[in-house]
Amino acid sequence: MLDTARIRPDFPILLQKENGRRLVYLDNAATSQKPRKVIDAIVHYYSFHNANVHRGAYALAVEATEAYEAARTAVARFVNAWAREGVVFTRGTTESINLVAASWGRTNVKRGDTVVVTAMDHHSNIVPWQILCQEKGATIRMVEITEDGRIDLSDFGRALEAKPKIVAFPYVSNSLGTVNPAAQLSKLAHAAGAVTVVDGAQSSPHLRVDVQTIDCDFYALSGHKMLAPMGSGALVAKPALLDAMPPYHGGGEMIERVWDDRSTWNKIPHKFEGGTPNVEAAVGLGAAIAYLEQLGMEKIAAHEQELARLTIERLSQIEGVTVYGPRDHRAGVVPFTYGDIHPHDLATILDRDGVCIRAGHHCTQPLMRRLGVAATARASFYIYNDLDDIDALVTAVRKAGELFGVPA
Amino acid sequence: MSDLGELYQQVILDHNRNPRNFKRIESANRKAEGNNPLCGDRIQLYVLLEGDTITDIGFQMPQGSGCAISKASASLMTDAVKGKTAADAETMVQLFRDMLSGGTNAPGKLAVFSGVRAFPSRIKCANLAWHALHAALQNSAEPVTTESARDF
Repeated sequence: MLDTARIRPDFPILLQKENGRRLVYLDNAATSQKPRKVIDAIVHYYSFHNANVHRGAYALAVEATEAYEAARTAVARFVNAWAREGVVFTRGTTESINLVAASWGRTNVKRGDTVVVTAMDHHSNIVPWQILCQEKGATIRMVEITEDGRIDLSDFGRALEAKPKIVAFPYVSNSLGTVNPAAQLSKLAHAAGAVTVVDGAQSSPHLRVDVQTIDCDFYALSGHKMLAPMGSGALVAKPALLDAMPPYHGGGEMIERVWDDRSTWNKIPHKFEGGTPNVEAAVGLGAAIAYLEQLGMEKIAAHEQELARLTIERLSQIEGVTVYGPRDHRAGVVPFTYGDIHPHDLATILDRDGVCIRAGHHCTQPLMRRLGVAATARASFYIYNDLDDIDALVTAVRKAGELFGVPA
Repeated sequence: MSDLGELYQQVILDHNRNPRNFKRIESANRKAEGNNPLCGDRIQLYVLLEGDTITDIGFQMPQGSGCAISKASASLMTDAVKGKTAADAETMVQLFRDMLSGGTNAPGKLAVFSGVRAFPSRIKCANLAWHALHAALQNSAEPVTTESARDF
């Protein structure tokens, strides 16, 4: 387990009270809290280096550009990108996936083609493909999940028989915590002739990610779930694919030459970064990566998996509690329901004890339909969570049971 | 836990467990669907309006959804407006909304929802059924959501 006694003081927000109680923040799959080092990096950037990037002839602009590009190098190293030119800064996973759909998708997907997604995908890895398919007259094929919350590999195989152009899936499910066999799925998809798009929103913060080992084509990540500011994120892609793709947003920075009626495009990754970028977010993301690398991603994964294991064990002892998702190969995400108590009521009751969990459909409505529930409660862990947090969670859940008269 | 007790009063817990008028009405001549997109809760409301009087009213929440607050609110609402004129029901919609936005308590049992005011994230749950009632009485075909129907 990580030394949370040393980690927690790094997070100013964890020092404050929630409803008069110790803040027990268990909604990390939604967003993470930010350490002082990330907050300081942003303040430092604005205090000493702020200028627009890639254009100033003066020293300050060079410093800003260096800070921005250093963050790109950090992201490339963090996920073992094919090349630092294959790292496009975006506002997050959602924008990264939309970029692929709008650029690669619009160029390559034709009427009658198929795009494969899975029933455990987040709406951000479903809706962009629906929009694309509706525009092109293509078909969405959603791969089913197994009873225990994994991608159904036999259905995955059947879906590939349609020779899809794109196969999209999450590395880690935000609603179930399932860690999918990304390399295996990517290999199967490639054999069927598809490009693969991996939603890395829930894997990047919690696992050692190596996109070259997974051998996907596109990998999307969000900074805000991994200690970095909201509005930070990246699309990591094979450079040859990016080279061949048309731009996403037209504007400054992404051009080489502009004539009255046409333009030529800048080199990658700048071709996809029209307009003044969010340098503050990139700088914060770089600082967040440094913080995570110092702890070690393997240790982080082990810490969260242990917390999840203990939480599942203790919640399962409460009669009426159902925990969703697979028994193993899961990240620090614990979705559950408790008797007939609606998850929203659970979340309200837990909040009074300072325990922040998520209640709802978690932007995975197709998955909720398959689970046969309208919503679940979800506790999700990160580096600063400890055994006290699990105690607080379990105590508050029991309290909810008493209030609602669920048999103990 | 006193403030939780204010929110989850016995009347609310009772109506959550045993919702009144929890039924589909085949002969309903006014219907509305309400959605709370934040949590995915949905309500189907059925109103039988004869002349100007609500002679029957029922609701369903698909998939067994509906938190305690939204279900109890729908249940108490149906009890409160059954037998009332459409105009009186609209007045109650207004009184209920006023209560949740900080005004005086709504009449009768509906006052149990005054505790929701201390839980801003749950006000939409309490309002959902009332949005649907308003839509049904207006004979609006569009499903209402707690987002779009912020103003009646």
